[in-house]
Amino acid sequence: MVKPNNTILEIMSYFGDIFKGIKTLLTGMSVTGKYFMTSHKGAITQQYPDNRDTLKMFDRFRGEVVMPHNEINEHRCTGCQKCELACPNGSIEIIWDRQVDPETGKKKKMIDKHIYHLGMCTMCGLCIEACPTDAILWAQNYENSVYNRSALTKVLNQPGSKLMPGVED
Amino acid sequence: MNISLNITKTFTELLSGFLPESTANIGAMVIIALIYLAIFSVAGLFLVLIERKVAAWFQLRLGPNRVGPWGLLQTMADALKLVSKELTGTVKADKFLYNLAPYFVIVSSLMALSVFPFTQNFQAFDINIGLFFLIAISSIGVIGILLGGWASNNKFALIGAMRSGVQTISYEISVGLSLLTMVLITGSLQLSEIVEVQKNGWLIVQGHIPAIFAFMIYMIAGTAETNRAPFDMVEAESELGAGFHTEYSGMKFAYFFLAEFINMFIIAAIAATVFFGGWLSPFGITDSIPWLGVFWFLAKTMTLVFLMMWFRWTFPRLRVDQLLTLEWKYLLPLNLLNIILMALIVWLNLTIQF
Ligand code: SF4
Ligand code: SF4
Repeated sequence: MVKPNNTILEIMSYFGDIFKGIKTLLTGMSVTGKYFMTSHKGAITQQYPDNRDTLKMFDRFRGEVVMPHNEINEHRCTGCQKCELACPNGSIEIIWDRQVDPETGKKKKMIDKHIYHLGMCTMCGLCIEACPTDAILWAQNYENSVYNRSALTKVLNQPGSKLMPGVED
Repeated sequence: MNISLNITKTFTELLSGFLPESTANIGAMVIIALIYLAIFSVAGLFLVLIERKVAAWFQLRLGPNRVGPWGLLQTMADALKLVSKELTGTVKADKFLYNLAPYFVIVSSLMALSVFPFTQNFQAFDINIGLFFLIAISSIGVIGILLGGWASNNKFALIGAMRSGVQTISYEISVGLSLLTMVLITGSLQLSEIVEVQKNGWLIVQGHIPAIFAFMIYMIAGTAETNRAPFDMVEAESELGAGFHTEYSGMKFAYFFLAEFINMFIIAAIAATVFFGGWLSPFGITDSIPWLGVFWFLAKTMTLVFLMMWFRWTFPRLRVDQLLTLEWKYLLPLNLLNIILMALIVWLNLTIQF
């Protein structure tokens, strides 16, 4: 047996659904309507080649991996190879050897070349997270196209650079 | 026959000065057809441009702004490009139907334009079953879509076409019934007469509550009939590639594209004529200058077109089952109730007349 007021409840919920539907549709339209009205104040479009001189990429933009050096050509990379291991597609190669440390006279692992293949990098950022000494960072440059693929293979540590003292402590 | 050809008459008279009557008649029709074709293919292109601009503003972008001042010539350039493109086809396509389909779509939407009264006496074809003709002709376009989808011999196209069939057949009922609700007030299907009746107040005012319901139902069903978002399952890009016109290229693709926009204009123009007084100005402020009617007609139509664009850039796409639920469980029963309500109001003389 169906109670008589069940039908009434069903009809109520039928019309309730309609009103709820209309209300949510209007909410959505008011949101987009507000965007439409404010759009003249500033579009997010960058008219790229025109504003090339003034265009600044935002901080979180991932352009390429770089290794910052200070004024006296020192970097923070110890050659630990953690970034090389972390990279899922093998975009980083560390070439290192053991050399005698002039201060302590002991043999020690030292970086020779930090090779980074920008052409293979997927900008995942795992290498930067893996680096224990924050030796590598994201740069915000965005004009990375070149005519020859070999130009995308970069050596991140500058020639003649050496490890910043104190990083390993 | 009480078919009067109003602007056509002018041309006929002009031509019959130096031609026999039957030739003059045909000549006048051809001239009118060419004028309409020229005007509306350009107007369709500008509708595309407006759509793109409006979409951009809704999404805080700039939209086309390179070709011509403020990008005004962008769609013209696109059309030129499409004209110059090769018409490719698939090997297994049914050649005859495949080539026929776009013409069905574009011809049916251009034919519908002929009956609109743009202003007093500016109407190519004032037929006494005008509204009926519009409803009938606007559903012929779906044959073109079905043919195109079928003849392309492509799964995406076929699914898109079948969805279109389901959608148009269902929503046709709502469009027809909601317009019928208004015909209860006007008592005529002739578009010029429908406008004439509204000299005592636009029908949306005359019919008050049921008219507003009918307008809402009409706008929803009309959007669905033009296959625009949120009812664009026909060409749901994320699922079907481009839907029924996946296999079309060049100008044949452009016909489908143009037809979609002209259909949008038609749906909005029907709503403007039936609910908002067509070319009549608000409160009759410029009724003494008939040619201003074109302006009012276009203003009303463009406002409604904007409303449809607003829908498109706000609402997410429905699923097929939701689409059918909306039509058969909500719109259709409400529509029938609404007709009864309207009939009662007309019977009891509760319409608002000025
Ligand atoms: S960002 Fe990712 S892909 Fe690129 S070098 Fe680092 S770990 Fe490899
Ligand atoms: S960049 Fe960082 S993780 Fe990579 S080798 Fe140098 S110190 Fe180790």
